[in-house]
Amino acid sequence: MQASSDLVPMGTSPLLGVRGLTVRYPAGGGQHVPSALHKIDLDIWPGEIVGILGESGAGKSTLASSILGLLPTGSNAEGSIFFQSQDSQCLDLLRLDESRWRAVRGSKIAMIFQEPGLCLNPVMRVGDQIAEVIRAHSNLEHAQRKQECEAMLREVGFSDVERVYKTYPHQLSGGQLHRVAIAQALVCRPDLVIADEPTRSLDVAAQAEILNVLRETHRKLGSVLIFITHNPALLAGFADRVVILYGGHIVEEGPVAQIFRRPLHPYTKGLLQLFPSSQQYASLSRGQLPVIPGSLTDADHLTPGCIFEPRCSARTTVCRSESPIEEIQHDHRVSCFHHGN
Amino acid sequence: MGIEATARAPKTALVRTTALSKRYVQGGGISRKTFVINALSDVDLDIAPGCLTALVGGSGSGKSTLARCLAMMEKPDAGEIWFEGKSILPGNLRELAHLRPKIQMVFQDSAGALNPRFSAAQIIAEPLEIQRRETGPRLRERACELMEEVGLSPDWANRRPLEFSGGQRQRLAIARAIALRPAFLILDESLSGLDLSTQAQILNLLLDLQAAHSLTYLLISHDLTLVGQVADSVVVMHQGRIVERGSRQQVLGNPQHAHTQGLVGSVRILESAFRTAQAGGRQ
Repeated sequence: MQASSDLVPMGTSPLLGVRGLTVRYPAGGGQHVPSALHKIDLDIWPGEIVGILGESGAGKSTLASSILGLLPTGSNAEGSIFFQSQDSQCLDLLRLDESRWRAVRGSKIAMIFQEPGLCLNPVMRVGDQIAEVIRAHSNLEHAQRKQECEAMLREVGFSDVERVYKTYPHQLSGGQLHRVAIAQALVCRPDLVIADEPTRSLDVAAQAEILNVLRETHRKLGSVLIFITHNPALLAGFADRVVILYGGHIVEEGPVAQIFRRPLHPYTKGLLQLFPSSQQYASLSRGQLPVIPGSLTDADHLTPGCIFEPRCSARTTVCRSESPIEEIQHDHRVSCFHHGN
Repeated sequence: MGIEATARAPKTALVRTTALSKRYVQGGGISRKTFVINALSDVDLDIAPGCLTALVGGSGSGKSTLARCLAMMEKPDAGEIWFEGKSILPGNLRELAHLRPKIQMVFQDSAGALNPRFSAAQIIAEPLEIQRRETGPRLRERACELMEEVGLSPDWANRRPLEFSGGQRQRLAIARAIALRPAFLILDESLSGLDLSTQAQILNLLLDLQAAHSLTYLLISHDLTLVGQVADSVVVMHQGRIVERGSRQQVLGNPQHAHTQGLVGSVRILESAFRTAQAGGRQ
C-alpha cells in the first residue's frame, strides 16, 4: 500500500477498464427507452480519486451499479468491465456469476451510498454492522474483528471508538452516520471504493468533514475512490481526474486542474459557471442566476447528432446531424465539434 | 383574540412568531424512560412582506418544526403566531379555514407530495376545486394557465407526476402551491434534491413569481451556497433556537455566532479551492 497518492506514480495497468459499456433498462409497454449509458470507455488507475460529474439522468448511478453488478434484473448491459486487483486474476465484472460476486463485492469493491441512515440496520449496533462485513469475507475471530472495527472507526475520525461501537444508528448525527458508512465500506481494505453522492443531504460543514475523511483514508489505505457528484466545487482540491457525463455519454474527461482551468466542452463550461460566488453575499442586487437552459429529454437520445445539441449555445448545423468524434490530447479528451472555440 | 391583541400585532411583518415553543416527547412505553426534545425554544421571528427569508440550520435544528407550525400543520405548545397582523393561535377551525389558502407549502420530496394517480392538471386543479374558486371546464383551463406560468407545457396536462423529471415535478408542486394566490409560501428544502442547474432554474422561477404576485417566501435549506444567492434576510437556527439573524450581507458576510461562522467558513474554503483550480493555481 502506498503512503501518499501524490508521491507514488500511477500503476502500469488500470485497476478498472470499462470498454464500450452500454446499459439499457427494461421498457414498459413496448416503449423505446434510450440507453442509460452509451458506449462508455474509461480507465481507472491505482492510487487515484476520480470524480464522476453530471446532473440527474446523466447515468452516474447506472455506472456505479454496473461496476458493482447491481443493475436491476431485466436491464441489458453490453461491453466489458475489466477489474484487475493486486492479488487475483483479471475479471470481467459484467460476466461474473453471483457466487463469485460474493467474494468481490464488499471486499475488493465497496460502495458508500447516498443515505447511510437508510442502509444501516436501525436495530443493530453500528460496530456489529461493520464487523459483519469482515465476517463475510474472512475467518477472523470475534475479538480480532472487533479490533479491526475499532481501528477503522478511529481511521474515520472517531475518538471514543468503544462507545461508538456500541451505539445504534439513531444515536448518531447525520455526519457521524456517514463516517460509519465509510468505515463499513473500507473495513475490508477494498481496492476500489465507489461513493455515490455521499454528501448530498449534509450541510457544508459536515460535507467538508466527510470529504476530509475520504481524502485521509484514501491516502492511508490507497484504495481507489470513484466519487459521484453533481457539484463540481466538491472535486476541486479533492479529485485527481474528472469524468463529465451527460445523457449517458462521456462528454469530457481529464485532470481536474486542467479541466477546471480550461474546460473544452460547452456543457462543462456551463456546469463550472453554476457555482455561486460569495461576492454575491456582499452585493445588494439580486439578479437572475446563471443556468444551463433546458433539460435533458428522452427525445435528445433519438437524434443522430450530439446529445447536448438541444441545450447547447455553441451549436451549428453539423451538431444536429452528426455525432461528434472524441478527440484526445494527452490525458484530456472531449466530444465536441466546437471545443476549440 | 380581541381588539387588544390586534393592536399589539406588528404592522410591518407579514408573519410573526413570539416565544414559540414546541416539544416532542418520545418513548414512554412500558417501564421506559421518556425523552423530551425541545424542537423549538422561544422562537421570535419576523418575516417581512415581499421578502425572501432563508431559514438555515443543520438537521435537527428545528427548522422544519417551525415551518410546520407556521403552516398550521402542527400546534406549538407555547407562544403566538401572527399572520397579517392577526393572531392565528389558538384560533378556531373556521377562522383558520380562511387563512389556509393564504399560506402554502412546497415540500422537499416532490414524488411523495404529489398523488401519483392524478394527472398534472388534476393535481393543480384540486385546491381550486376544494376552495370553490373555479368549476367545470374553467378548472382545467386554469390548471393549464398555471402550468404555463411555472414553465411547463400545457400539452403535458395529462401526464402523471412520475413521468416528469425531478425539476419538473417541483415546478408542478409550485404551480399547485400558487393556484390559490397565497400571500406566503413556505419552501421546506424544496430545492435540496435537485442539480445545481435545476436549482438555479427553479430559483429564477421563484423570483419571477415573487415579482409578479408580490409573494413572501420562507426558504428552508441546509445549503448556504443556495440561500446566499437569493435571500433578502437569513435566519440561522441551532438546537431549536434562533442563533443569528439579519440581512444576507450581514449574516453571510460577517457572521457573529460560532455556528454560523463554522458554516460560512466551510463555504469559503470550498469556494476558494474551486476558484484556485479555475484560475489554474496549485491546490
